[in-house]
Amino acid sequence: MLNINKTDIVVIGGGITGTAIARELSKYELDVVLFEKFPDIGAGSTKANSAILHAGFDAKPGSLKAQLNVRGNKLYHDLEEELGLEVKWIGSLVVAVNDEEMKTLTELLERGRTNGVAGLEILSREEVLDREPQITQNVAGALWAPSAGIFLPFGAALAFAENAVRNGVKVITDCPVEEIVTEAGKITGVRTKHGFLAAKYVINAAGVYADEISRLAGDDSFAIKPRKGEYILFDKKTSNLFKHVLFPAPSKVSKGILLSPTVHGNIFVGPNAQDTADKEDVATSTDGLNEIINKAKKLIPSLPLGAAITQFSGLRAAADGDGDFIIQPSSVTQGLIHAAGIQSPGLTSAPAIAEMVSSILRQQGVELKHKVSFDPVNPRKIIFRDLSHEAQQQLIAQNPLYGRVICRCETVTEAEIVEAIHDSCGARTLDAVKRRTRAGMGRCQGGFCGPRVTAILARELNIPITAVRKDSPEAYLFFNKMTADCKEVLA
Amino acid sequence: MSQRIYDVAIIGGGPAGLAAAYGARQAGAESVLVIERDRELGGILQQCIHNGFGLHKFQEELTGPGYASRYIKLIRQDAKIEVMLDTMVLEVAADKSIWAVNPKFGLMQIATKAVIFTMGCRERTRGAIRIPGYRPAGVFTAGAAQRMVNMEGYLPGKKIVILGSGDIGLIMARRMSLEGAKVQGVLEIMPYSNGLTRNIVQCLEDYDIPLYLSHTITKIHGAERVTGITCAAVDGKMQPIPGTEFDIECDCLLLSVGLIPENELSQAVGVKLDAITSGPVVNQLRQTSLPGFFAAGNVVHVHDLVDFVSEEGGIAGKYAAQYARGNLSAPVRTITVTAGTGVRTVVPQQIDVPATVIEPVRLFMRVTQPDKKIAISITSADQTLVSRRLPVAKPSEMIVIEMPASKLEEAGEQLTFSIQTQ
Repeated sequence: MLNINKTDIVVIGGGITGTAIARELSKYELDVVLFEKFPDIGAGSTKANSAILHAGFDAKPGSLKAQLNVRGNKLYHDLEEELGLEVKWIGSLVVAVNDEEMKTLTELLERGRTNGVAGLEILSREEVLDREPQITQNVAGALWAPSAGIFLPFGAALAFAENAVRNGVKVITDCPVEEIVTEAGKITGVRTKHGFLAAKYVINAAGVYADEISRLAGDDSFAIKPRKGEYILFDKKTSNLFKHVLFPAPSKVSKGILLSPTVHGNIFVGPNAQDTADKEDVATSTDGLNEIINKAKKLIPSLPLGAAITQFSGLRAAADGDGDFIIQPSSVTQGLIHAAGIQSPGLTSAPAIAEMVSSILRQQGVELKHKVSFDPVNPRKIIFRDLSHEAQQQLIAQNPLYGRVICRCETVTEAEIVEAIHDSCGARTLDAVKRRTRAGMGRCQGGFCGPRVTAILARELNIPITAVRKDSPEAYLFFNKMTADCKEVLA
Repeated sequence: MSQRIYDVAIIGGGPAGLAAAYGARQAGAESVLVIERDRELGGILQQCIHNGFGLHKFQEELTGPGYASRYIKLIRQDAKIEVMLDTMVLEVAADKSIWAVNPKFGLMQIATKAVIFTMGCRERTRGAIRIPGYRPAGVFTAGAAQRMVNMEGYLPGKKIVILGSGDIGLIMARRMSLEGAKVQGVLEIMPYSNGLTRNIVQCLEDYDIPLYLSHTITKIHGAERVTGITCAAVDGKMQPIPGTEFDIECDCLLLSVGLIPENELSQAVGVKLDAITSGPVVNQLRQTSLPGFFAAGNVVHVHDLVDFVSEEGGIAGKYAAQYARGNLSAPVRTITVTAGTGVRTVVPQQIDVPATVIEPVRLFMRVTQPDKKIAISITSADQTLVSRRLPVAKPSEMIVIEMPASKLEEAGEQLTFSIQTQ
């Protein structure tokens, strides 16, 4: 819980933007508290997206998106090592199937060079087929971007949050900010279920809720118009189908349906783009799924639909206006700094957004004094399935729970699950365990391990089974058996 | 861990594995190992607390745990059968060494002369059939929910909709009703149920639970916990018919939408799989395409009755023991068994005929669609060797046909099972 009543800076939102900001600010002699309304960090847009570290040829030159994408992409190379991120720099191909699309590739190449993207080149039909034999025979050529990568966005947010905590930041989950208190147009603090916390600065990194947080502070200068994207994820046995991120040539309205490997060896297709007024609308639809299947098959005709293991959708936290990121001090309320409207390439830009927010704070008069004790490195997590037999044997000798495999599809041991629960930003829900350990992410989708992970959560958190949640605040999984009084049900 | 070499190592201690262990010992195996990942033997039977098991095998109606206990007693009495519980097999190598892990002994490399795969099957998930909608808490596969109710003592919900009228779905409809929950309905995309007739009667009709045939779910509602579903009638291509949608309120959706033989281990070592059964191609001895690797039960093809799982386990055990002891004679010729008109699967897919044909072979088959008054014929080179008439046949009910030894001698290189409607 929160046993302080004052801090320097409050960050609202524990997605990749908020956690990257918290980690950046933890480099300085500042007290920082991050509030996340969900039981887990990274549980909003961060967990459901294309998981791509974009090269940066797409955004309009001169925009924040262009500038921060290219900078962010570079920063991930250092972060990968420091924080132990799972990143694969596999490169991306924008695939053209006719002359008109080939022209688009030339435009993208020029735009990319203006944005400072290195290594771009246009490949011939033969070169593309050589790299991706399963690609459509209609291929005319492709734009190759070697600096594009794939990663695990949730893992990155978790690593940012854990490193922030390691360096003194308080991360409070399950805790929506209910009120932002101002006096004479200046922020004086925030109110949550833990009471009032005095602070002069609030960073608004609230994703799809950024406009509502802004309004809490009296600033209604923008609105978030969420745009939903649906995805289909496939079994690992499909991993040889293609090797790079594959985009269709973009149209005026959309980057289009892409296909990509994941860092863990699955493949996925998506997203489409649908405006939605409901900020919790992450439902998939028959039409939407058919749309992405049909479009994905235009690039990879042999897409094996029978190997689909799950479908999901995520919301892009797009702002109204020109569509660029909103990273600036509020023009209405002093002490409020927006990191809002973060849609693609938001994941790639996150560390650069964090740098920008810290320089805004400096301009606002916050003293940024480097913390001597700042430790940029996260200790590596143990992933049992990736170890040699000798290393596995040693671990089990130290802790027998490494010898009990709970998730059979992904070979996740009980010890890894227990550690995920007791880490500094520990898992509190079934899906939080899944995102940290992959228990339940395999082909059986938790059919076997779900009840077992539920029991481990209850035991380790010392709560009843009936208090274990799937993900969101009210997503309870199981009920106690009923007594003789079943009136409520049978009525 | 001892450095011994087992005669037979069995992966999975469910009904197939138990019967295989017993069968292997009866046939002279000197050392048998059963590796089980759960905390007790018996596999899925331990959560099947309803009755109806063992009518063929024991001529009695037992519960799942009751049925399992008959075999567990036999296994536990035999000092030459070793059981490792709480143990996960990570890998089986081509030289038959088995990598397994448990908290007590850590990582083990186990040597054996013969391997029997009896890993059973897993449930098809929501993702595999692409049900659209939210992803709230309260969507469970029926088997996972059954384990929670029957073994752990918790309810998956209080107002239930079940998708799929396979046996597990039907059994869970009754089970949840007995727990005081309201089962709002069972939806089935096919125009007929995939469960045993006795389960339709005893689990749905007796509890006034509606069965919606040719219906499927088009959306799951509820951002956090399930609040309901939208369903629709489907056309002949199993696509939802616009305008037929209606909502059913529920706090829980149970999925009984098929079982998939769990063959990751067998596939990784190179065992050939049958595209239709999703299990290994086996001969009548339940030997797979790799010599010394056997398979039985739901890992080979999904059964509807445990009695036949035990039968298969017993066969695999017997011949794995003979293989391990060097007593399995080489076949002189091979007969390929194929599914012809109206037949979906036949197991075994192959009959290896030894120098002297002495034993008849029992074949397990399934039809492609329900029908009345059918004739099953087994032909070879245009000659009908066996034929049988049945008043009713359903895809959900496995048909057993015995091929006498004399008929096997007459058969050529191929046997074709087909259905004629009268």
